Parts: sequence; C-alpha cells; structure tokens
Amino acid sequence: MAEVLSLLRKPLVLDNKSYADVTHDIAKPLERKTSTAWWAAFIISVGVLLIGIAAVVYQIVTGVGVWGLNNTVGWAFDITNFVFWIGIGHAGTLISAILFLFRQKWRTSVNRSAEAMTIFAVMCAGIFPIIHTGRPWFAFWLVPYPNFRGPLWVNFRSPLEWDMFAISCYFTISLVFWYVGLIPDLATLRDRTTSTIKQKLYGFFSLGWNGSNRTWHRYEKVYLLLAGLATPLVVSVHTIVSWDFATSVIPGWHTTILPPYFVAGAVFSGFAMVLTLMLIVRKVMSLEAYITTHHIENMCKVILATGGIVGLAYATELFVAYYSANGYEQFAFINRALGPYGWTYWMMVGCNILATQFFWFKKLRTNVIWVFIISVIINVGMWFERFVIIMTSLTRDYLPASWASFTPTIIDLATLAGSFGLFFTLFLLFARFLPMVAIGEVKGVLNYGRNGKGGHA
Amino acid sequence: MTFFVKRPDIYGLMAEFDAPEKILAAAERAKQEGYHDMDAFTPFPMEELTDALGIRHSKLSLFVLCCGLFGMLFGFFFQYWVSVIDYPLNIGGRPLNSWPQWIPVTFELTILFSAFGAVIGMIFRNGLPRPVHPVFNVDRFELATKDKFFLCIEAVDPKFDKEKTRKFLESLKPDYITVVDHVHTKDPYHQDDE
Repeated sequence: MAEVLSLLRKPLVLDNKSYADVTHDIAKPLERKTSTAWWAAFIISVGVLLIGIAAVVYQIVTGVGVWGLNNTVGWAFDITNFVFWIGIGHAGTLISAILFLFRQKWRTSVNRSAEAMTIFAVMCAGIFPIIHTGRPWFAFWLVPYPNFRGPLWVNFRSPLEWDMFAISCYFTISLVFWYVGLIPDLATLRDRTTSTIKQKLYGFFSLGWNGSNRTWHRYEKVYLLLAGLATPLVVSVHTIVSWDFATSVIPGWHTTILPPYFVAGAVFSGFAMVLTLMLIVRKVMSLEAYITTHHIENMCKVILATGGIVGLAYATELFVAYYSANGYEQFAFINRALGPYGWTYWMMVGCNILATQFFWFKKLRTNVIWVFIISVIINVGMWFERFVIIMTSLTRDYLPASWASFTPTIIDLATLAGSFGLFFTLFLLFARFLPMVAIGEVKGVLNYGRNGKGGHA
Repeated sequence: MTFFVKRPDIYGLMAEFDAPEKILAAAERAKQEGYHDMDAFTPFPMEELTDALGIRHSKLSLFVLCCGLFGMLFGFFFQYWVSVIDYPLNIGGRPLNSWPQWIPVTFELTILFSAFGAVIGMIFRNGLPRPVHPVFNVDRFELATKDKFFLCIEAVDPKFDKEKTRKFLESLKPDYITVVDHVHTKDPYHQDDE
C-alpha cells in the first residue's frame, strides 16, 4: 500500500504512516510529561483570564456604567465581542458538517480541533450578552419556563429571543457532535493507556465502544444525519445574529444583505482562527504529516473565496446606500468611511480585503509563516468589522442632537482580553487531555491517494 | 426448536487479521458459508464490511425524522399558545397570530430535537453504554481500536460448531484464532450447564 499510484489524488497523510503510527502520533503528546511550553502558555492564558474575571466582577458589582457605553451607544464592545466570537465559532461546524457532506476528505485532520474551537468560541460569545444584561443572575429569564410571576412569557417576536434559542441550540449541537466524534478515539485511548485513572475516565466516556461493525454502521449514519442537521443550523445562527441588527430601523443596519454578509464573514473569520491555531498546533505537537501544506492551502482558498464575498458585501452596501437615495443611509456610510471612526473602517478593509489578496499566490499560500501572519491580521480585521457595523451606526443616527461617541474604558479592554484568556485556557486543556486529530477518521482516509482508491481500504 | 434455548458454553470464535482487505474477504467468505450471527471489529468504519456481513440498514433516519417533526410542531404550537392564548401582547393592534416571527425558534427546535433523537437513538440502539462485553475477554482485542481487524462468529449462530467453525476460520488464514468466553464463564442462572 506504500507506493503512490494515483496522480490525481495526493495522499492526505504524508510519510507513509501505518494505522499504528496514527494512533501513536496523536496519542503520544497526551501521554508524555506536561511540557514547560504548555505550562508557560497555560499560566499566561489563565492570568489573562483572571484579569477578565476581575473586570467582569467589578462590572457586575458596580453596573454596566463602567463600560464606555452611554444612552446613544448602548451596544459597543460587548456586542462586538459577542458577534466576533460567534463568527469564529462557525468554522468548526462548517469543517465538520459542510465539508463532510461535500466529501472533502482532507477535513479529517482538522475537524476535531476546529470543533473544539467552535465550542470554546461559543462559550466566549455567550458570556457577553449575559453580562450585558447587567444582572446576569436573572439571565434565566430569557428561557421560557412556567413561572409564578403571573402568566408571564418571553416575547417570541423579539430577535434577541431568537438569538437565545439559536446560540444555545448551536452550542448544544456542536457539543454533541464533538462528543460523538470523540467516542471511538476515547476508546483508542482507553485501550492504550497504562494509568488506571485515565483508563477509568476514558472508559467511562467511551461508553464501552468496541469497534463493532454494527455500531460503526449506525454511528456513520448518525454522523451523516448530524452533518445534515448542522449545516442549515450553522447558516441559521449567524443569520439570526444579523437579525438583531437588520430588524431594527437604524441606518446601516436595516438591510437585507446582512444575513448572507454575516454568514460569509463568520466562515471567513472562523477559518482564519482555525489556521492561527492549527499552525501553532502542528508545529508544537509535530503533526506536520497530518496537517500538511495541502490542508493549509485548502483553508487559504476558503478564506480567499469567503473574503471575496465579504468584499463584495462591503461594495454592495456602499452602492445600495448610494442607490437608495435615502439621506440617512447615505450619511451612515459616508460617516463609516470618513467619520471620526473612519480609521476602524479602513482597518477592516485593509485587513479583510487587501491582506487576503496575497492568497492568490501559491507560493504565499504554502508559506507557513506568511499564512500565520495573514490569519492573525484577518482575525483583527474581522473584530474591526463587527465594531464598525455596530458602533458607527449607533454613534450618529437620525438626530444630531442625540449623537455621542464611544471610547472603550480599561474595563472594556480587560473583558475583551479575558475572553481570549478563556478561549486559550480551554484550548490548551483540550490539547493536553484529548486527541487533537480524529484518529479513527484519519485511519479511514489513510489509503487515500495511495492505492488509487478514494479513502478506506 | 425448544422453548428453553441452552446457552452455548462459549460466546464465539474470533479471528484476527492485520489488513482491511483481509477482513473484508473473510467476512464475504463467512457470509457465503451461511453464517449470520457474526460481527467485525475494526479501528475505523468500513462501509463495504456492513454489506459483506449482511447487516440490515439502520432505520434510524425515520426515528430522527419523527423527532424533528415533533420538535417542529411542539416549537410552533408552544409559541402560538404563549403568544396568542396565555400571554397576548397587544402591540399597536398588530395580529396576535404573527406566525412568521415564530419560524426561527421553530426551526432551531426542529434541529435540536432531531439531533438529540439521532444521538440518543444511536447510543441506545447500539446498546451503549456497555463497558463489559465478551469480546473484551480476548487478550489482543485492545488492538481493535488501533490497527487490527477482528471477525467474531457467535456461538448462537445455527451453523456454529466449535470444530467446524474453527476449521473454517483457519482456512481464512488469520493471524490468530481465539475462543471468546462469556463475561461470566459460569452462567449464574444455569448452574446445571456444568
């Protein structure tokens, strides 16, 4: 099975790995002693997380006034961060579900970490609306449940309520999808480990998986069903997030382009974050044979495509504002590009549109350092995109008398930093205790391109 | 056929192979030979093997569809009940039955119920969680999640005969053939088996 017969299909996994090698390479980092680098990264992440926790505690004790909000700008950093993190959370499900339906077998090397990233990003996102309520201990009021406060129910006509359903449903399904994918790999770890505690834990969570074909058969079926269910879900989530804005009558928000624009932006930013993380992971955990330049290139192409859609959306917005002949709409966009927050608009255009153009060149797509730098730039750019959409529309709406500007306070910044701390803390814990690559799935595509057949044996 | 079926004194015979092609060929041979109660244990899913073993296709999709429909109807009519009957909000005289605004939540609940149906259905139909299983008695079985492929012919199969089946398995040229014992070698309910 070693020699390459197919010229059309290049092997997905390099170095002629055997099945045993796959298990060994992916399980080994979990079994060896915790490295100093991991501890250093973990301590920094937890430190940043603690700063964020302190900021949130201070905000809850004092009130949302500690943020730079005012009567005009009621949504600023909090909702920007929320939309930013939710967007990042879209790549995981896209890779695991949509690429699965399209039979993109290369996804097997990256889907596990991308799904984990999704879950952690949605957790980061979920914090912001909750703390933005000011009284997070009442956040459960968003859930419709029978209560003794009269017949009192949530308002199902509110996009914010739709959001609550979309996000919690998305989180639950991403978690379930991820766990289902983990079951066979947990069984692999259970059968490998020598430590009794680990054996008990992995054994418990692998539910007694034995690799029976009857089990695999149903498992594959469910995986396909989940992929089919998660695909419309992932599109719906950011659509609903965009309705938070689109259903209002604020100039710059009240447009029908927002749902597709948000979904494309979400995929774009999600892939950028996957690349940022995977490029570090493959280096630190020596997974170069599994996450190859072929994978990196594919992801760069997705970024290029979705970046193009995002660019088109920016242009369409400008054109529609001009063509609408609506003075408020036109002003909103002139103000975006040339107003006091104009620099954030140009940050957005520069990072999201100009920086991605480098990916047209194969040489740059396959250059790991270059890809890493651009992926970080895109992350920054997408944060600014959310900020531009939310902020510039709010600061200057209809009545000049009610205009106001927003300056983030140190608490705003600390909360944003804290969300990154949480994200990286969770990701590091994941990297330490669970397999980063779907072992079972990679074995299934190991022979891809080696014997002229597509995947399997 | 008697009403009380005597429990076979072993669970079955298991053959170990080192390549996916080999187990696929072995399963096809076993099916030709007329065995039904058998299963293969592999480190990754092999669709071809499902056909070779003659496993019927799962009806899980139908169950998932029912769950989804239930979620959809429940989601929609719950919102109807809340917004029209139990807690009507008069907003500028707009209609109470504003059903288009309930579609997002209805949609999310359809997906949520379907996904739960799929996963819970899969786990229970697969008989999981099942931490104790006769196949785990085989010493080398821990390799089934690594790089070895096992075919187990169960003793409950009408064609099973300890000697003949062993001969048959030997003809498939496996690396090992093992007798798979029951989880409790002594069946607590049939002491007279001894």
